[in-house]
Amino acid sequence: MATASKQAQKTSTTPRRTGNRLVVLVSRVRELGLLVVLLLIVLVVGVQVPQFFTLSNMIQILLSVSILAIVAIGETLVILTRNVDLSVGSVVGFSAFLVANTFKQNPHTNLLLGILLGCALGLLLGAINGLIVTWGRVPAIVATLGTLYAYRGFDFLYAGGNQVSASDVPDSFLSLATTPLLGIPLLIWFAVLLAIIFGFLLRSSRTGRELYAIGSNPDAARLVGIRSDLLVFGAFAIAGLLSGFAGVLWGARFATVDATAASGLELLVIAAVVVGGVNIFGGSGSIVGAMLGAIVLSTIDNSLSFLRVSQFWLQAIDGAAILIAVTLDAFITRWVQHLLITRRQR
Amino acid sequence: MTEPSEPIVELAGITKQFGTVQVLRGVDLSLYPGEVHALVGENGAGKSTLVKLLAGIHRPGAGVIKIGGKEVELHNPIQARHLGIAVIHQEPTLFPDLNVAENVYMGRHPRDRFGRVDWKRMYREVEQLLASLGVHLNVYAPVQGLSVADQQLVEIAKALSLDSRVLIMDEPTAALSAHEVHELFAIVRQLRERGVAILFVSHRLEEIFELAQRVTVLRDGVRVATAPISELTTEEIIRQMVGRALETLYPKSAVEPGEVILDVRHLTRTGTFEDVSFQVRRGEILGFAGLVGAGRTEVARVVFGIDRADAGEIRIGGKLVQMHSPKTAMNYGIAYVPEDRHQHGLVMDFSIARNMTLPILRQTSLLGLVNQRREREIAKDYSAQLQVRSSGIDQLVKALSGGNQQKVVLAKWLITNPSVLILDEPTRGIDVGSKAEVHRIVSELASKGLAIMLISSDLPEVLAMADRVLVMHEGRIAAEFTHADVDQEKVMFAATGQVTNGYSQ
Repeated sequence: MATASKQAQKTSTTPRRTGNRLVVLVSRVRELGLLVVLLLIVLVVGVQVPQFFTLSNMIQILLSVSILAIVAIGETLVILTRNVDLSVGSVVGFSAFLVANTFKQNPHTNLLLGILLGCALGLLLGAINGLIVTWGRVPAIVATLGTLYAYRGFDFLYAGGNQVSASDVPDSFLSLATTPLLGIPLLIWFAVLLAIIFGFLLRSSRTGRELYAIGSNPDAARLVGIRSDLLVFGAFAIAGLLSGFAGVLWGARFATVDATAASGLELLVIAAVVVGGVNIFGGSGSIVGAMLGAIVLSTIDNSLSFLRVSQFWLQAIDGAAILIAVTLDAFITRWVQHLLITRRQR
Repeated sequence: MTEPSEPIVELAGITKQFGTVQVLRGVDLSLYPGEVHALVGENGAGKSTLVKLLAGIHRPGAGVIKIGGKEVELHNPIQARHLGIAVIHQEPTLFPDLNVAENVYMGRHPRDRFGRVDWKRMYREVEQLLASLGVHLNVYAPVQGLSVADQQLVEIAKALSLDSRVLIMDEPTAALSAHEVHELFAIVRQLRERGVAILFVSHRLEEIFELAQRVTVLRDGVRVATAPISELTTEEIIRQMVGRALETLYPKSAVEPGEVILDVRHLTRTGTFEDVSFQVRRGEILGFAGLVGAGRTEVARVVFGIDRADAGEIRIGGKLVQMHSPKTAMNYGIAYVPEDRHQHGLVMDFSIARNMTLPILRQTSLLGLVNQRREREIAKDYSAQLQVRSSGIDQLVKALSGGNQQKVVLAKWLITNPSVLILDEPTRGIDVGSKAEVHRIVSELASKGLAIMLISSDLPEVLAMADRVLVMHEGRIAAEFTHADVDQEKVMFAATGQVTNGYSQ
């Protein structure tokens, strides 16, 4: 290495800062693009419907984003490793009912204990997913399709057609979602905090970078000594844990919970992640992107109700958002490659 | 460079067996620091297996591996890496989504005192590393946009960042242009001067003479020679590579070739092959010899309409034909039996009958419904003709032996009643007995008037079966021989690009 650095000075590194900036800029294009789309929606709708532009509506949007966002963080970890978790909706639902029902049966349960109960259930269910995928060698899409139904089935068995409503649970539980901190409900703070933590870990920890490596080229990851199975297992377990926690928050926010809670949430979560620029085949994407994806989808949802557009259109527009995002992705990837190649040939 | 110091890697009596196939038989090999050691041999001689043993991917059946004088067992690639062995595989094993710097340091990112990945330091160090090699690569660029040559440079930088003492390069030049090869060699020499021991696996003999100090020749898993390069000539190396007796004689009944059925003129596909012309007559077997990657399969793919030609023409029965797709090719009576039975030739979960009749579904079905009785009749007929050994035509193809699977593939295409049959490595990976049967079948087909293109890396097979042999080298036809005047050494000379200074006199 000593000789290496000496020669480095001699051969002049030719830094080509402009090229570097280009590459970094382009890699952020997805996130910038989403931000622009978001601003456009807010502006257009805000001009037409002034109530849309109020702080209370902004908070309303963020409230509806938060649970989606927390689950999307876990889903991002899994998708980055070239896997997918379809069971997150069932985990959220099961956790929501378990925790709400526990508070109904024993109103004096310690709040923290209740939260931990939901998280523990999520962790367990996520770990089961991880085991089936890594140890059982079952493709994730099939494994978690199975557990999607299985977990929901357990939820039904446990709930047995019962419902928990707001009047059944202590206020302390409900306040978990609504208590304001600096004027912003606690629920939003949870999502922001988790996004920052996991965004940081993905960007700046070795383990985070190794998740990208696994998704980008699983064989090469094994060759450089990355413990793929352990990390994939971990990604599923954390996705479960976050879904379990999201379930607790779901119970707190909606208060009325039965065995069907959060049905179909998994597809909305995957939509948010994919719109946010996380490659469905793993290896690239970011938490920031996934969060923006979740915000854009929720904002579209919210705007449509303000514009009095039928809910019927919502799914069509969500679908269009996915298609546009993914098509753009493919286009940008090719464009970047083209840029880089022509730069080199010069 | 004469035997400097102690060898850094020593292999003694290494054997390796896959199933019933003995790939390496008691191989010895020593690598010295500051030396480029070339490893040569025909396709299937055991070079890649030897590389994988050193990389910790496979484990030897018997024998001793010593690194730095100490006996070791290489359990996995990471352990091999820790012992200072870096391997550059034929296909770079990189992370396409991640940038150059991170590819070099994956799993070993430099970290600051808080345990965070130190991106700045990583970029700086990789930039220095690349500069020390005299290479200009943008360390921020994702690897997926890089050429194969640049990707190999990233692999080399990775090896250097690990302070590797041993660098194994498995056919690193296979996908490079002449200019890129030149640059790569400059770097390899630089590494050699730093005292790295380099094992250089290559088919290209001229490269070996340019770069290596010593050569080891493998043949059928046996080390037949190790010598300083200065004591060897190209002729000697080639003789040692091919010097095996023809174990089996393949039957090729003499057929008087009929009219020209396939006429290929100046066919070019940029970057893969150039100016390839040949003719095949009815009843003739035209052999295609050459090393892996010489462009033989690529020519076949264009003739069969899978890939497009950039220039040149294909005539069938004298008529100029535009090969748009395999369907066009099939309509003109061309059948192609690809190399990889599993991927391209057979549906493993279908029965023998289903597989055989796949290409003629339209003929066996009415209004989109398959006439199963007709399907079975045809399958029975061909099973009997080709003597497919099975419990019946309903047996699943995946339960058959390799030889019998190959017969099913052959039947599948023969049912289309072709006039030109392209066979790509028809006997690879099947046992000797079935091999002889496949040869018998091919010979019979020729005598029935089929024109056959036989692509094979099994030299004795080509020599025995073919009426004429074309040898390809780096995308061009390097030589043509008739059945009477061909021998293994001539073919090997042409296949390794030696024809001008070797046999032109």
